[in-house]
Amino acid sequence: MELLLHIVILLPLVGALTLIFFNNEHIIKVFSLVLTTATFVLSLPLLLNFIPGEVNYLSVYGPMVPGIDVKYIVGLDGLSMLLFMLTTFFGPIVVLSGWSYIKDHIRGFYAMVMILQTGSLGVFATLDLFMFYIFFELTQIPMLFLIGIWGGENRIYATVKFFIYTLVGWLLMLVALIYVGTAAGNMLNDGVFTTDWRILTSPEFKLGLVEQTWLFVTFGFAFCIKIPIMPFHSWLPLAHTEAPTPGSVILAAISLKMGTYAVIRYLLPLFPNAAISFAPAIAILGVIGIIYGALVAMVQKDVKKLVAYSSISHMGFIVLGMFAYNTIAMQGAIIQMVNHGLATGALFLIIGMLYERRHTRAISDFGGLSSVVPVMAVMFMIATLASIGLPGLNGFVGEFLILLGSFNSEVLNSYWYVVFAATGVILAAVYMLWMFRRVMFGPVTHEENKNMKDLNFREIALLTPIMIFIVWIGIRPGDFLQYSEVQVEQYLQDQLDKAAEITAEAHYQELPGWASRFYDITPQVVEKINE
Amino acid sequence: MDSLVNLIPLIVLLPLVGFLINGFVGLIVPSYRNQKGLIGSLATLAVFLPFIFAVLIFLNFDGSSEAVTYKLFTWIQAGSFSADFAYRIDQLSLMMVLVVTGVGALIHMYSIGYMHDDEGYWKYFAYLNLFIFAMLNLVMADNLLLLFLGWEGVGLCSYLLIGFWYGDMNKAIAAQKAFLYNRVGDFAFLLAMFLVFKAVGSLNYDVIFANLDAFPDHYVFWIGLLVLIGATGKSAQIPLFVWLPDAMAGPTAVSALIHAATMVTSGIYLITRLSPMYVMSPELMLIVAVVGALTAIIAASIAITQYDIKKVLAYSTVSQLGFMFLALGSGGFIAAMFHVMTHAFFKACLFLGSGSVIHAMHHVEHKLHDDGKDAHFNPQDMRFMGGLRKHMPSTYKTFLIATIAIAGIPPLAGFFSKDEILVMTFNASTVMYGPVYIGLWAIAALTAFMTAFYMFRLTFSTFHGEFRLPKLIKGAEDSEKYLHESPSSMTIPLWTLAGLSIVGGFIGIPNFVVATFTGTYADVNLLHNWLGIIAADYELVLSKPVEWALLLGSVAIAAFGVFLAHLMYNVGNLEASDAKVEAKTGAFYPIWKEKYRLDEIYEGSVVEPTVRFSDKFLAVFDMRVIDGIVNAVAAIVRLLGSLLRYIQTGLVQSYAFALVFGVILVIYLLIFS
Repeated sequence: MELLLHIVILLPLVGALTLIFFNNEHIIKVFSLVLTTATFVLSLPLLLNFIPGEVNYLSVYGPMVPGIDVKYIVGLDGLSMLLFMLTTFFGPIVVLSGWSYIKDHIRGFYAMVMILQTGSLGVFATLDLFMFYIFFELTQIPMLFLIGIWGGENRIYATVKFFIYTLVGWLLMLVALIYVGTAAGNMLNDGVFTTDWRILTSPEFKLGLVEQTWLFVTFGFAFCIKIPIMPFHSWLPLAHTEAPTPGSVILAAISLKMGTYAVIRYLLPLFPNAAISFAPAIAILGVIGIIYGALVAMVQKDVKKLVAYSSISHMGFIVLGMFAYNTIAMQGAIIQMVNHGLATGALFLIIGMLYERRHTRAISDFGGLSSVVPVMAVMFMIATLASIGLPGLNGFVGEFLILLGSFNSEVLNSYWYVVFAATGVILAAVYMLWMFRRVMFGPVTHEENKNMKDLNFREIALLTPIMIFIVWIGIRPGDFLQYSEVQVEQYLQDQLDKAAEITAEAHYQELPGWASRFYDITPQVVEKINE
Repeated sequence: MDSLVNLIPLIVLLPLVGFLINGFVGLIVPSYRNQKGLIGSLATLAVFLPFIFAVLIFLNFDGSSEAVTYKLFTWIQAGSFSADFAYRIDQLSLMMVLVVTGVGALIHMYSIGYMHDDEGYWKYFAYLNLFIFAMLNLVMADNLLLLFLGWEGVGLCSYLLIGFWYGDMNKAIAAQKAFLYNRVGDFAFLLAMFLVFKAVGSLNYDVIFANLDAFPDHYVFWIGLLVLIGATGKSAQIPLFVWLPDAMAGPTAVSALIHAATMVTSGIYLITRLSPMYVMSPELMLIVAVVGALTAIIAASIAITQYDIKKVLAYSTVSQLGFMFLALGSGGFIAAMFHVMTHAFFKACLFLGSGSVIHAMHHVEHKLHDDGKDAHFNPQDMRFMGGLRKHMPSTYKTFLIATIAIAGIPPLAGFFSKDEILVMTFNASTVMYGPVYIGLWAIAALTAFMTAFYMFRLTFSTFHGEFRLPKLIKGAEDSEKYLHESPSSMTIPLWTLAGLSIVGGFIGIPNFVVATFTGTYADVNLLHNWLGIIAADYELVLSKPVEWALLLGSVAIAAFGVFLAHLMYNVGNLEASDAKVEAKTGAFYPIWKEKYRLDEIYEGSVVEPTVRFSDKFLAVFDMRVIDGIVNAVAAIVRLLGSLLRYIQTGLVQSYAFALVFGVILVIYLLIFS
């Protein structure tokens, strides 16, 4: 099984390199489809043999670089299993979505998609912070080309903004990462630099409160940009809109999840005190994002941009759930990552299909399509309803658990987060149904739309699996939540324990004034703990 | 009973099967769409069989039976939270199941004829089956979360069916409006669920009622209030009722099923279900009662001024739902459920009757066009009707019966349920807030008078007198010959519902009426014996003379309303009499006619400002300020970078530069910290 995990991660990369030998466009497409499908099929045993509550298929190679203890560690646990599967699942779908959409440089395009696939799988499977960074960069560069070469009119500007913005955050993080690795090395690895996740999250690895603060801010900044959390989101509408359909789908379904995944995997357990103390502030940003994203989405005239802004709103829910610090909300956040991937992925796919037919994304260029393209309308409707959180479909499960958990959160300890966040439920219905009505209902007002072709077999084939999961997760979420349930409970408790220990060990006298206030370590509190 | 337990999942799932077959096969196989007989009978059977099953269970159930729960599987489970797909049969849910599947089956049958020429026939029946499935989830759920699945599910079906003819943008807008107003209510309902979970750690009814003591007082109040807000959305009460009149854009059979008989009563069902909690807070009860009474009179006053027959019925529905809320808030939960049931009979009958009328008027318009005449008129406008009873005897008779029932004339169904509501409201004044409840009772009595008045105005103007269309519309001079009765697939449901409107009230005969004649005590109120185990009714403490006075009073009120309507609209002329009403009511009339301008107020105070704020401020702020700052930072960096331009160009180098910078920073930190 360990070997299988390596194969699944590396197969797309090998495939991308193999593409050099092909020239025939059709063979390139078929080969890419076969390869990504094979990756998905091979990943299924990993899911079926998964044992919750521990790291599965763990294997360690290295150190890769002499002198520093950076190892190629991969394994899957409850935090990563579903996202790993989501990535392999979207492989063939993404390939199919570019089938007729991408017309130039076909070989390069599929090579980029598959390199991205390996990078994404590595991001989710690796258990080494430094390797995480490397894999992450491996996803950035293909994405840069995907938008820059196959994107829309404004693609260069979008690419530069997307790339530089993300890079700035992540370079700062690299600095912090080196600090963490060195500190961990000094503390637990005989002075040798290490970024092994198991060491970093062990109870023995304790960072001081002041260190935690600036490390949290630096790491958090990078992840905030990637998720994105308002106000660091302005790259997203642009990148989403300018990217070609397959690029938008990967961005929405997979890439955004890397930010939230990194928060759960690294940010919370590495800096538990800072994370808990910053939780209310970040939850507020999440809630603002929910409302802000929804309101801005509502007034967009470009249907793709509307969905892009809706992502900001949806990611706000996930952020809220992650920082509520209880199992219910965290489980909601984890499943919501998958849900958002499915629903928004489907929406981008459908918008891509509309664009291929009409070469426009302006809402006002459509209208009354339901009667012309009924099958597309049904798919669009299901994705829309999933996106607005209709019970019985997947989106509701995540939103409900997030809101319920946050409502009972001891760390946030206020109803108001949820009261405001829940208005997102109303607003989502407003902007999605309003858009849907203008695109799909009413009379057919444009001559060009009267003969629009309904979905072909390929398009139905690539949307149907998504629809199945939208319903499946909606009705039997337990089949999916089970992978993380045990681990999340333990993992949150570990963090709270660790944070309490670090607080207990902190010396009031040595802390700067702001830190003792921020972490609420006053002589009285210290005295209380010591008693 | 044991073997009947296995029928429970069948009751819920058969309509789903019907939806899946008609929906999927219809979507994928175009030729299936023409198999109208098959589609219609399949869909009807998918509702009628559950009705039979429910009757079987009913025969083995009595007022003291224990609730039976059937669990399919766990739905959502995370941490300490868990909710199942589990269905509960008890006296309350069984009553609702019987109404939903019984009336539902009749309306499916009616639709076979009514929708026959529609090209979306298959889709229509798929949606209708899906609606029944969702509604059954709502009433049979054993926990609040599953109820919420049904709650939003019926909202979705309502959306799909109001917008069934989506090619007309106004209909699509009405559908969207219904969904969004309901979502506002659902938002409140979600918060209520969170509070319940926080208090007792479960959303299961049994757990909630076993731990009522565990709810702090302010929780009870807030949960009750939030549930009420949820209910005002679904059951069309102040302030969220404005979507229901617009919902009449859907096919008329849909209005009968969803927007009169079943979905809109789910708020009343929910509050009855939670009645043990509601009675813990008198303030809460008062709020419910006030919302109900105000809704009742406001909607009734609007109904007086309308000419569209479906709109009259829509406002009448809102008004009757208001009566039910008044009953709830007066501790008359059983009375409310009683009215839910009788209202389902007579209002469904009225809507189907109006559908029959509209069907006929449409037919006239078509025939005129076939004759080459360019006659256009609104087939729902009662000003063009009159005299239809000659041509549509079944429709007329059933419509008249239902009108007598809703007006509250004994011994028809509506009389008993409405009288009980008035009695319970009066009775509540003995518990707390006495003067307020007396006031609410007065409002209710006035509304009862208005109800009799506007309903007979509708009936007289539509069916009595002369057919007015020929005089009013050019080209329609000899159109009367085209009027005809609807087919029997439509009149059979009408007669069934009319029959139920006559006898339906006998399950709730007040005990005191019988007691007066037979002795000191009587136990004839079947409904009280049935629901008593679930509904936490206030005790009826009024003396027999008071009860008699209230009963006779309500008969007198209704009779006066009918008599006045007879003078003005049977003897008199519709528009001339309306002018008289207008003159008498002075400044009020324009307000009623304008529907209190609620739509305009919401539009102006919430919708418009939010959209404008988002469009003119937030979207601009996003582009200019948030992205502007990012660009400004980039510009500053570029300025600094331009100094290095001579030795370094392009992206890769700046990447390297940043790396170097980072390493320096790290070394600095390692050395000095």
